[in-house]
Amino acid sequence: MMQAREVGAEIPEIEVRIPSRAEWVALARLAVATVAARMHFNVDEIADLKLAVAEACTNAIQHARESDEIVITCRIYHEGLQITVRDFGIGTEAERIRSRDLGEPRVGGLGVYLIRALMDEVEYRVERDSGTVLTMFKRFGDSSR
Amino acid sequence: MARVDIQMQVRSVNGSIAVVSLDGEIDVYTSPKVKDFIGKLIDKGTYTFAIDMQNVRYIDSTGLGVLIGGLKRVREHGGAVTLVSTNPQTRKIFDITGLIKVFDIYDSVDEAVNALK
Repeated sequence: MMQAREVGAEIPEIEVRIPSRAEWVALARLAVATVAARMHFNVDEIADLKLAVAEACTNAIQHARESDEIVITCRIYHEGLQITVRDFGIGTEAERIRSRDLGEPRVGGLGVYLIRALMDEVEYRVERDSGTVLTMFKRFGDSSR
Repeated sequence: MARVDIQMQVRSVNGSIAVVSLDGEIDVYTSPKVKDFIGKLIDKGTYTFAIDMQNVRYIDSTGLGVLIGGLKRVREHGGAVTLVSTNPQTRKIFDITGLIKVFDIYDSVDEAVNALK
């Protein structure tokens, strides 16, 4: 479960909506990078956030059936940044939200693993009729801010 | 805004080693282009690659998937793949995913090519 937190900015929520298509994932990660830079995350943390949100969008594009839009919401808290990535696909595949074991290298399946490795908290919520919501949180590191 | 695309070039060393230079970002949009580029070289009988990623500003799991897929294909023919990258974020991703144990990553093209000889 995500922790309850106090918002940390005058404008605590920023939302970006992109078509559920590969060519628009770059917009999502650039938007998140801009928000993270405004919050004074350091360069490495911004790179982590960009990759995590891109992996979440890629996952939605590849697995969410009949979803034509992805909504990325950034919520600014005193302790860090929460990012929600929502698709509107019907149903989900168990494979999609499972972080795979690293062993024999194979194509695919690394996205969820990377998200869990790069973010401090990760939670998937599958809503049978209305899509999947991935909520992730990144705390400020010692060298940020 | 920086160009969100990928530029790819190949040159041959000693007639058998292909040095593939990638310039740009490798994500869900551009990775199919990289896969196609490397796949065509493999189809033509090139099985030894030094992939220069020094100008790759960003790579995600789809890009890693392309590299893993390429490695698997060339290994079937006794080939090999070495990588060139000094980007700390790129190296971090290889480290996190354990791929640092699968790919040999060098600081320069010369080192990556010499390792294949």
